[in-house]
Amino acid sequence: MDFLTLLQVLDSTVRLATPLLLACLAGLFSERAGIFDIGLEGKMLAAAFFSAAIASITGDVWMGLGAGIAASLALSVLHGLASITFRGNQLISGVAINFLAAGLTVLIAQDWFSQGGRTPSLIGAGRFEAIILPGAQSLAGIPLVGPIYSELISGHSVLVYVAFAMVPLTWWLLYRTRFGLRLRAVGEAPEAVDTAGISVVGLRYVAVGICGILCGVAGAYLATALQAGFVKDMTAGRGFIALAALIFAKWRPWYALYACLLFGLLQAVALRYQNIDLGAFVVPVQFMDALPYILTVVILAGFVGKAIPPRAGGEPYVKER
Amino acid sequence: MTLMTKLYGAVAALALSAGAAIAEPALIYDLGGKFDKSFNEAAFNGAQRWAEETGGKYLEIEIQSEAQREQALRRFAEAGANPVITTGFAIASAIEEVAPDYPETKFVNIDGFLPEIPDNVQMIAFQEHQGSYLVGMMAAMASESGTVGFIGGMDVPLIRHFGCGYAQGAKAVNPDIEIIANMTGTTPAAWNDPVKGSELAQAQISQGADVIYAAAGGTGVGVLQTAADADILSIGVDSNQNHLHPGKVLTSMLKRVDVAVYNAMSQGENIETGTSITLGLEEDGVGVAIDENNESLVTDEMMTAVQDARQKIIDGEIEVVSYYANDSCPALSF
Repeated sequence: MDFLTLLQVLDSTVRLATPLLLACLAGLFSERAGIFDIGLEGKMLAAAFFSAAIASITGDVWMGLGAGIAASLALSVLHGLASITFRGNQLISGVAINFLAAGLTVLIAQDWFSQGGRTPSLIGAGRFEAIILPGAQSLAGIPLVGPIYSELISGHSVLVYVAFAMVPLTWWLLYRTRFGLRLRAVGEAPEAVDTAGISVVGLRYVAVGICGILCGVAGAYLATALQAGFVKDMTAGRGFIALAALIFAKWRPWYALYACLLFGLLQAVALRYQNIDLGAFVVPVQFMDALPYILTVVILAGFVGKAIPPRAGGEPYVKER
Repeated sequence: MTLMTKLYGAVAALALSAGAAIAEPALIYDLGGKFDKSFNEAAFNGAQRWAEETGGKYLEIEIQSEAQREQALRRFAEAGANPVITTGFAIASAIEEVAPDYPETKFVNIDGFLPEIPDNVQMIAFQEHQGSYLVGMMAAMASESGTVGFIGGMDVPLIRHFGCGYAQGAKAVNPDIEIIANMTGTTPAAWNDPVKGSELAQAQISQGADVIYAAAGGTGVGVLQTAADADILSIGVDSNQNHLHPGKVLTSMLKRVDVAVYNAMSQGENIETGTSITLGLEEDGVGVAIDENNESLVTDEMMTAVQDARQKIIDGEIEVVSYYANDSCPALSF
């Protein structure tokens, strides 16, 4: 593998890891606050549709991004209502959101655009264009560092940089602020938070809201940056891979970044090489596709340290009387 | 109790009235969905044409999961639909199961294969390798880099069949041509993953491909988009996809699923069953799409070569090897 090929694979890794990373951080906020969320997929899908739809109607991708976030946020509020206010089962509410999004997006798309559940192709300002970082052209000539800067780091859409900036921001928010401490506490011991006189319900709604915003950005990235429009079921299971990455990262932000980059790399390699010939034996592409899930199972089984979810996760909080 | 009785009564009345009317044909789409701009949409277009021309009505369903295949078949058979037309290879085994239970109903399947065809089933197979051969020739003639790409949807023999014909066509024009072939995945989700389609296209472009043939349902939308963005040529499949990116789509490999569905609906209950029919170049079941969106891309030289090869395939002078013949391809390894 030559250097240029390596760069191209890594470039593809960054593109593929970005939606995973955003969804993974979204799940991190929600689950750290004690609300399991398997509706990441559905929220991303809804955001993908509404961002593409509004971007194609208005011709402005930023309006699209706003609409995507709003759609995802609306589903988050629904999830919050079902699982926080009415203390329903969080997993079932998540599944319901996935189904709701899968059906509604196609139905509304068909009603609005009559293109068979797709949005029209986005053109010009309706899409996020790649950003060329300053100096990318002039530095490209420098050996090693030049190509890395101009090919790998420069030339992505703005949402990619947002996603990567979210990692330190999430870490700082969770571990260095009062809000973060309370958020983590509400996922471990909500009764303690309640005793301290802080609203458990309020904190959990905020966490679910942040989750909605991040899922919205992830969906908008898929439909308006990577692609030029919405296609039915276009998230194709990325919400679930993000959940796997979250478990793999044991609910920690920096590890979430590494897990998503690893899963992105596995996908990029699988896409680039159909079957990998290692000399002694050939690794089939199907194995590469399955590897993220296999790794997650290995982690869950406790072979590589234990993955312990937040203690109060999945349980609605009931104040003692 | 009375409510249940009323419900049963209503259902019985409905069933009676359904039986009394002239049987309507039914259409079951495969998992790619009715509006995939490709295979299933072609079936829908054929049904629409029949409905508009005859004023008839037809029943239809887009299944959402594997489990619904048998359920949908039984529903339509019990509702008195005849014939029940299905698209996609995956439903064939369900038909084999269901058909003997409804001897009065006739079933039609497009793309499937059954070793023994039940008496009330017609199987329709397309000679996709012949059409793919022609677009393969065009790809090789249009390519300046000497590298062409193929992106399949779900990795199944049918899609390899497409890729195999394409590779043979490309090699017929330029024996030294390099063909990069990728499959999107191994599950039905591979039919609807344009993001992955884009990444595959980018990977192939960076390996030098400048014409990419997508046989991947909804995933192909991403392939065509990326090709257009990167200013290289792409080739659509099943339906005419030339209009998606005018001037950027070299051609589309037409598979006239619409004609097959139209014919089946026209023949109605009298459709011949217990057999399989094949539609190839000779029957105009497959072909290449030339329209105002791509005529600037297609040179006279290409047209002549394609017409010539088409005639030779029909006459048997050129034999395009089918992937099904021995589950392998002479021109391409997957």
